[in-house]
Amino acid sequence: MTEQATLPLSAAPTTADILTLGMREREQSALRRAVRSMLRARWPVLALFILVVVVSVAILAPELSPKDPNRINLILRLKAPFEREQTGEMEFIFGTDALGRDVLSRLFYGARVSLLVGLTAVCIGGLLGTTLGILAGYFGGRVDDVIMRLADIQLAFPFILLAIMVLVILGRGVLNLVLVLGVGQWVTYARIARGTTMAQREKEYVEAAQSIGASNLRIMFRGILPNILAPLIVIASFNVASVILTEASLSFLGLGVPPTVPTWGGMLAESRDQLIANRWWLAVFPGVAIMLTVLSLNILGDWLRDLLDPRLRGTI
Amino acid sequence: MGTYLVRRLLQSVIVIIGVTLISFLALHLSGDPTYLYVSERASNEEIQEAREKLGFNQPLSKQYLDYMVNLAQGDFGDSLMTKSSALERIGQVVPATIELTLFGMFLAISLAVPIGVIAATRRGTPVDGSVMLFAIFGQSMPNFWLGIMLMLFVGLRWELLPISGHVPLIEPLVDGDFKTFATNLPDAIKYLMMPGITIAVFSLSRNARLIRSSMLEVLSQDYVRTARSKGLKERAVVMRHAFRNALIPVVTMLGLEFGFLLGGVVVVETVFSWPGVGRLVFYSINQRDIPVVQATVVIFSFVFVGLNLVVDLIYARLDPRIRLK
Repeated sequence: MTEQATLPLSAAPTTADILTLGMREREQSALRRAVRSMLRARWPVLALFILVVVVSVAILAPELSPKDPNRINLILRLKAPFEREQTGEMEFIFGTDALGRDVLSRLFYGARVSLLVGLTAVCIGGLLGTTLGILAGYFGGRVDDVIMRLADIQLAFPFILLAIMVLVILGRGVLNLVLVLGVGQWVTYARIARGTTMAQREKEYVEAAQSIGASNLRIMFRGILPNILAPLIVIASFNVASVILTEASLSFLGLGVPPTVPTWGGMLAESRDQLIANRWWLAVFPGVAIMLTVLSLNILGDWLRDLLDPRLRGTI
Repeated sequence: MGTYLVRRLLQSVIVIIGVTLISFLALHLSGDPTYLYVSERASNEEIQEAREKLGFNQPLSKQYLDYMVNLAQGDFGDSLMTKSSALERIGQVVPATIELTLFGMFLAISLAVPIGVIAATRRGTPVDGSVMLFAIFGQSMPNFWLGIMLMLFVGLRWELLPISGHVPLIEPLVDGDFKTFATNLPDAIKYLMMPGITIAVFSLSRNARLIRSSMLEVLSQDYVRTARSKGLKERAVVMRHAFRNALIPVVTMLGLEFGFLLGGVVVVETVFSWPGVGRLVFYSINQRDIPVVQATVVIFSFVFVGLNLVVDLIYARLDPRIRLK
């Protein structure tokens, strides 16, 4: 069995002891519970598998790609997929695009941008939002008012419009894109963090920590944060999915990363010119890649929510 | 209700100041915005002249104030391309966007309600399972990709629907020409079908899931059990007792829904070459016609803020708990 979580008797309890009381025990059984619930639900296993594949492809893109994703060869342009060469070999499994570039290799490299942008933006938004949310919830009053009014302003209009405006003015680029997408996400985290912090603030452990003179900063980030993490992680998993979709939309509009970098959204944008000629593979493959990735994240998010905090069902 | 109204109005004003401030500051984030307005080969004198003409040499606070005064007078800046008023350009294309958004909203709601209710009342059956599977797919694909797929298969391969084109509905309606409206209607719907489905699919999926889960919650309430135990038919229990209460969270979403769809039209209109605001924005992005993009964002947010205000007020009127909070 797990070891009993008790305060060490040898020394007077420190703030850290009070704040982490019982956490080790929880961690161990949580992992076992997670594995069991995932096997029972079945779908999350498939989703996790797909995500592992996508992540591996992204990391190993240079090794896995059969061709250079940016190598232009006009003689080989618009080759249909699954076509055998005279040698009987399939040189371009997923065909080539209008510039003769290998679609499969571009898909592999595209996974890098989608995941990188998705994860970084969510980290930025998550850190920013959680910090502001905890501050608002912990201090209340004027701090709370200012932060929440800012949140209202941002929620007052569709985010993609703001992203479009800022990117048109600042110009496209990975850094701009990640920053805009990141800043766009903070409100969700802030609202949840604020609400849960307000509830935690009334708990005894906070009072105990305060009474032995722990600083506010320490209480907020060492004490309260670990206790409100569950819903924030759930939001983050859905959020990566929605950021990937937004990134695809922005790339489609020509506002994503520079055109030399292959992205799934960018590939879809290029496929539009080839639609009438029925070059279906240019549109189908990148779209399926986006959909499978986002679908897996959504399924995992659903599962994670039910596992960590079933009360959130229907709210996120 | 009075204090709530005042508080809510004040909130909207703050939001509008915030939105315009962001839109104003975004322009200055890039350094000297004059360079966005002059050609790359402009001489120093020309740049200086443009800077003075555009007022970019003034202090920021004065510039923002001027900007606000101009907005209040309906001056949203001039298009760099056509030199005509940005507001006018947007005005010309706005009816097509409203048609598309309303149609999308109609699809999203009119289909989501029965689907969600059916899934909830048949919880755990294959019907429920497949509905939820479709819903999660609908929330996981980029809507513009669905648009491309519809064009590719429904439009080009099976030739069931036209892949692009637009027949005006709102314009004849505004002119009071009901006859043209009526003759246009069948064709207009044909053209609206694919772009409408495309912008609706995400909301449709989300709403169906929302209605399902809120139905399930209501169905487990005591008053539903009471209704059943007094011998009411299941149909009456579902429709009269459960359904009405399950609709509450959906009604709250309506205002946000319109804004959300409005945000989505930019991409979807581009896919279908729909002659609306979205395509104008896309075109302006490519031409770097910043005043038009800026004006669109500000106008969209005004609409969004206004709609939210109206929805909240209606909601507060219906549910006294809200305004007393």
